[in-house]
Amino acid sequence: MDILSLFLETGFWLATVRMATPLIFGTMGELICERAGVLNLGIEGIMAAGCMSGWTWVFLGGTLWGGVLFAACVGAALGLLHAVFTVHLGLSQHVTGLGITMLGASLSSFVFRMVLPQVTTPPKIIPFAPLDIPVLSSLPFLGPVLFSQTALTLLAFILVGVTAYVLLRTPLGLALRMVGENPLAAEAQGLSVLALRTGAVMVGSAFMAVGGAFLTLAAFDAYYIGMVNGRGWICIALVVFSSWKPGKALLGALLFAAFDAIQMRVQQQSISAIPYQFYLMLPYLCSILALITMSSKAAYPKALLVPFRKGER
Amino acid sequence: MRLEPRDSVALTWQIGAPLLAVIASMAICSGLILWAGASPLSAWGLLLKGALGSTFALTETLTRATPLIFTGLAAAVAFRAKLWNIGGEGQFYVGACMATWLGTGMVTLPAWLMIPFLFLSGALAGGLFLLIPTWLKTQLKADEVVTTLLLNFVVLLVVNWLVFGPWKDPMAMGWPQAAPVIDQAMLPVLVPKSSLHLGFILALACALAVWWMMRFTVWGFEIRAVGASLKASTFAGMPVGATIIRTALLSGGLAAMAGVSELCGVKGYLTLDLSPGFGYSGIVVAMLAALHPLGVVLSATFIAVIYIGADSMSRAINISNYIADVTTAVSLLTVLLAMFLTRYRIRWK
Repeated sequence: MDILSLFLETGFWLATVRMATPLIFGTMGELICERAGVLNLGIEGIMAAGCMSGWTWVFLGGTLWGGVLFAACVGAALGLLHAVFTVHLGLSQHVTGLGITMLGASLSSFVFRMVLPQVTTPPKIIPFAPLDIPVLSSLPFLGPVLFSQTALTLLAFILVGVTAYVLLRTPLGLALRMVGENPLAAEAQGLSVLALRTGAVMVGSAFMAVGGAFLTLAAFDAYYIGMVNGRGWICIALVVFSSWKPGKALLGALLFAAFDAIQMRVQQQSISAIPYQFYLMLPYLCSILALITMSSKAAYPKALLVPFRKGER
Repeated sequence: MRLEPRDSVALTWQIGAPLLAVIASMAICSGLILWAGASPLSAWGLLLKGALGSTFALTETLTRATPLIFTGLAAAVAFRAKLWNIGGEGQFYVGACMATWLGTGMVTLPAWLMIPFLFLSGALAGGLFLLIPTWLKTQLKADEVVTTLLLNFVVLLVVNWLVFGPWKDPMAMGWPQAAPVIDQAMLPVLVPKSSLHLGFILALACALAVWWMMRFTVWGFEIRAVGASLKASTFAGMPVGATIIRTALLSGGLAAMAGVSELCGVKGYLTLDLSPGFGYSGIVVAMLAALHPLGVVLSATFIAVIYIGADSMSRAINISNYIADVTTAVSLLTVLLAMFLTRYRIRWK
């Protein structure tokens, strides 16, 4: 197959941007948590919870934006739980995060079965329609790729800009980065380390949940158990890949989604000698490769994984 | 709010805290049962009856506990050395693949040789497999939490390819499964007319061996020391690198033995659903046991009771059996909290 012609296809780029959207939300969320010094391995479960709660909200008669908001609240609540365990009590961020993932995923499945007992084909909702912004969407190439997406995709791009601005250019962002780098110094400045970290984890988790909600409210129109399918873990790898910078994280998510899109095309078009399972492995192997290449020179937030307790050390 | 370390913790508290936590988690999950319109007391009663109420139920529970003991030990050993092996699921399938590769006719030995041979080669494969992310961690600083996790997906895709492709059993009526292992490779049944197999005894033996090793040998001491303080053990001149490699081989090997035991003890052939997440549950098992090898046996049994019991409970009162997953997840969090409270007291001011 001709790979070059693929890159000239608008459909390919459209798919890439669409597939990047949940990754952008998730990666931004994780990035905010980690910049404040908290690793959030709950992401996979929080995304599942967002996926399910957003869909259920709409299925039970709510509006689409209401679903997004509800998903964000559910995400923030799970984030609060993670923060109480890791920030306030200083428990292992690894283990707590896995616990949150298990809780989020299993509760989603349980609640879904409560809402819809015994159905074989899940009912559908009317998802977000692609926007057609009057002037911008008629731009050549860029128009359809960027401005004929759903509103949530645009929101993801705006979110990256806002996150980068707040994190790098405002006093709040400085304070957040400070509690991630040197909490003792932050405390000496009169900042509340616990409050800042809790806030960061809650906001970050809300973003992750919105990323999950995108899957059911915009990308697909139904909920399937296990539909997050490892996207959360990929976001964690993407944060390392981006060396904790929002702009690079956006780039990483797009790159990654492009890989995914190529993989799907190749899978469809060629009855190749390589079994499709190996194409499906590519995203995971690329994540590992990205981790390896970026880890050696990565500038970890210094206080990542280190619990902060008043009066200790 | 202030946290104060406790000076000494009574042994009764150390054992009692996880028990209290488990009870607390059942109380929390009772809310979900109420929501589903059933009475929690009768639901938990049905669960216990379904898991322990008859010889059949009991053997089913112990059969389910067997792979969980292996994967729980795998997580406990690794976490003791602060090697965050989240890849138990992948290593489980590596072991199962090895047993399939060698056990479906490639090697023919009498049963008393065949079974140890399969366990050893499976364990070796699983251990070597965990060495990849371990090497990436020590040499290239790639976080092993993420790499071991991502490798789970890769292994599962390899298994997917194998059972749909080269290993697909032509006798399986089109089902994606590999050929069954030869009779000599099947683990003997312990209780007649039950599914409880030799793997359970082996799991108990492994728990004892790991406990003995961690408690009484230099290697065990080194594993604990590296986990407690990497800096101090480097300073004390311990072979830190070798210790981490040993831990990885042991942890990956134990998780892979779960795969061999499930394959040769329960199903007999490789499928994609050989493990309903035993690798991940192993992490919960290890945490519930506070990383104690003998405690792993108890906590694995507890998790098995929840899963086996939830099946019959969900059938009896028409509630989704995802309640078992929720209970497990909540238990993990409450036990974390309980273990924290044995070490610290909270002072409000």
